[in-house]
Amino acid sequence: MPDVSFVGRALPPGVPYRVGREKIREFALAIGEGASVCHDVAAAQAAGYPDLVAPPTFPVTFTMPAIEVFLRDPAFGWDYARMVHGDQSITLHRPIHAGDDLVTTIHVEDLTTRGGSHMLRLRCEVADSDGAPVATTRALLVTQAETS
Amino acid sequence: MTDTSGVAAGDELPPLSLRITRADLVRYAGASGDFNPIHWSDRVATGVGLPGVIAHGMLTMALAGRLVTGWAGDPGAICSYGVRFTRPVVVPDDDEGALVELSGTVSELTEADDGARVARVTITARFDGRTVLSRAVAEVRLPSR
Repeated sequence: MPDVSFVGRALPPGVPYRVGREKIREFALAIGEGASVCHDVAAAQAAGYPDLVAPPTFPVTFTMPAIEVFLRDPAFGWDYARMVHGDQSITLHRPIHAGDDLVTTIHVEDLTTRGGSHMLRLRCEVADSDGAPVATTRALLVTQAETS
Repeated sequence: MTDTSGVAAGDELPPLSLRITRADLVRYAGASGDFNPIHWSDRVATGVGLPGVIAHGMLTMALAGRLVTGWAGDPGAICSYGVRFTRPVVVPDDDEGALVELSGTVSELTEADDGARVARVTITARFDGRTVLSRAVAEVRLPSR
């Protein structure tokens, strides 16, 4: 049984994640995103961006690993191996671009057990090195409740 | 999208059909850092009750997002994007892969705090004739007129 005392808590912020040009290109290639602003620095700058622009779902590449560390922590008691993704939303307060140093803070919003499943709502607040908000992501994660 | 001044509620986005193969799953696993074996091992996938290896939900979401970024012409114009994952996309170990069919409609035009026009796009993603995402909505900032 996951530890409900985590609900309402914010976890300690993670170490800054540096958004790299090659990571943006690699991610864009993996999803088939061919927009020039994701691949060509000159094109991104001509469009008014400081550097390559990340595709909208790029934040999962650094928020999900942070979430995984939390969910694999035995102190929380989550069955990571049987987890499925229920929903996901991403709000971008500004476009993410190469060169950003981003810090993710995980907020445990809700944990309920219904119909044999544990349902966990997490919110990640992503800020830049000045503390300005860059993105807010929300995920519903579901795992089977213990059959005891 | 070359000219956004004429965007109106009810507009349909150009549809997109994509094939997801096992190679795409391997590439996405590496790019995203999601190495859950249900996305590459039939043994593990069937062991947890799935019909076989399934696509990462986030890959399906990202591919559906391309419908919108392609229409907008700029991935940086997307200001929010959310989906519910309702059904898995099963990806067979063959050269054809799984066919995902995407369509979208401008459901509403709103205004951002700074006065920019924002188009809400409702996306439909189908695999095997059934929807795999629900409540799939993206908001796109439109260039000023």
